Amino acid sequence: MKQLTFIILLITVTLLGACVDKKQKEIAEIGFQCPMKCEGDKVYSEKGICPVCKMDLKSNSKKERKVISDEISDESIFNLTSTWNTEEGKSITLKELKGKTIVMVMIYTTCKAACPRLAADMRNIEAKIPAEFKTDVQYVLVSIDPTTDTPKKLKEFAIENYMDGEQWTFLQGTESNVREFSNILSVKYKQISPLDFSHSNIISVFNPQGELVHQQEGLGVDNKETITKIIETVKK
Amino acid sequence: MKAILRLAICVLFLNSIITNCQSKMVPIKGGNYIPLYGRDFVKVSIDDFSMDVYPVTNKEFLDFVKKNPKWQRSNAIKLFVDASYLRDWRSDTILNATQKLNSPITNVSWFAAKNYCENQGKRLPTVDEWEYVAMANKTIPDARKLKEYNAFILSWYEKPKTFNLTIGATFQNYWKVYDLHGLVWEWTSDFNSVLITGESRKDVDIDSDLFCGSAAVNATDLMNYAAFMRYAIRGSLKAKYTMKNLGFRCVKDDKIN
Repeated sequence: MKQLTFIILLITVTLLGACVDKKQKEIAEIGFQCPMKCEGDKVYSEKGICPVCKMDLKSNSKKERKVISDEISDESIFNLTSTWNTEEGKSITLKELKGKTIVMVMIYTTCKAACPRLAADMRNIEAKIPAEFKTDVQYVLVSIDPTTDTPKKLKEFAIENYMDGEQWTFLQGTESNVREFSNILSVKYKQISPLDFSHSNIISVFNPQGELVHQQEGLGVDNKETITKIIETVKK
Repeated sequence: MKAILRLAICVLFLNSIITNCQSKMVPIKGGNYIPLYGRDFVKVSIDDFSMDVYPVTNKEFLDFVKKNPKWQRSNAIKLFVDASYLRDWRSDTILNATQKLNSPITNVSWFAAKNYCENQGKRLPTVDEWEYVAMANKTIPDARKLKEYNAFILSWYEKPKTFNLTIGATFQNYWKVYDLHGLVWEWTSDFNSVLITGESRKDVDIDSDLFCGSAAVNATDLMNYAAFMRYAIRGSLKAKYTMKNLGFRCVKDDKIN
């Protein structure tokens, strides 16, 4: 019996050892770069921080970061099963957004005060994401006024606000879906009159697995941290 | 002997009434009223609906999680509940020895409460609906200006551990609804429409009258204070939070519509 335990132990240790070896080899083959490219295309052979902006160096292997597990974690918004209409008139579930970093905000199109500025904040973020990551990020605007904001209205809003590209998605839900979703984002909102809402201004960043990684609160705030977070999740 | 028999029948009868009442609903006639924290004293209009007579009990929620394992403590996902979800239960499907079957369920998140109601073909009440029914005392639909009504609510705030009481422990109000005040706080479907947290203060421009506590304290009557506490609690909640003194009840739209 003792012998058997010993053998099993030995095998486990050898296997573990083998694993570590392999990983180290992989790391050696991959290079590490500053996500902000502070030093141009300089590649480091080991993990560390960028000497210029102090951000964590990220692996430059595209292969590695494209591997996304099929499992959804407990904290993923893909656990929500509600269906939504897009501005293109398609019906989707949130899970279909999986695989890209998601930047989300809740707005309504008849809004005169905060929403145009929130939309502008979103555009600013989008503009600051380096070109090589652009296809890895999806910007999602969820309407808090599903009665007024039909897919047609959302499409018009998209065109008006120069947000009609593929990277932009607008979602119309039901009153109860939207309320549920706002609770996921910790966004508060209240209908003041038929076409007017008061709401908190929060831009949320989800990683490709649908887990919340960052929230930016307020209007016209410094979006540097948000952008850093977005790039980090893309690079992972 | 006869007396005992009669008594037994009486008790049985009473018992059956109580068990029947568990998820009994009563109709609420809609109307207009000005909520305490309505904007610019705008009246809100409430449609007819039905409301659970009692808050949802431990037993009812236990039955629910038995049928819906995904809402059992060890299965419920973190997106929907925090760490103290059903914390006092002995296991996934067994209550703690000190928890009574007909005490109100607490330590449930908004998501769990919402799902429970939907499972019964019902929904959570809105803040406005809940407040509409809760402003009644035993005899009149709007008792907010009465001293005794407010004194009762405020005295409840001072009492500890009222969540251990059993349903029906407080008064039956004008609408024949029990326990809106006196047992537990209750979830509402749009609790997050109360914009009074620190976060929202910096980014939401409306409802400034809501988070101004001093305005409530020096108000001419205590009614603002009693309600202010409710709104303040709602404003501080997040949907996955669970609290030992926070339960819920369900409502239903009337079929006539």
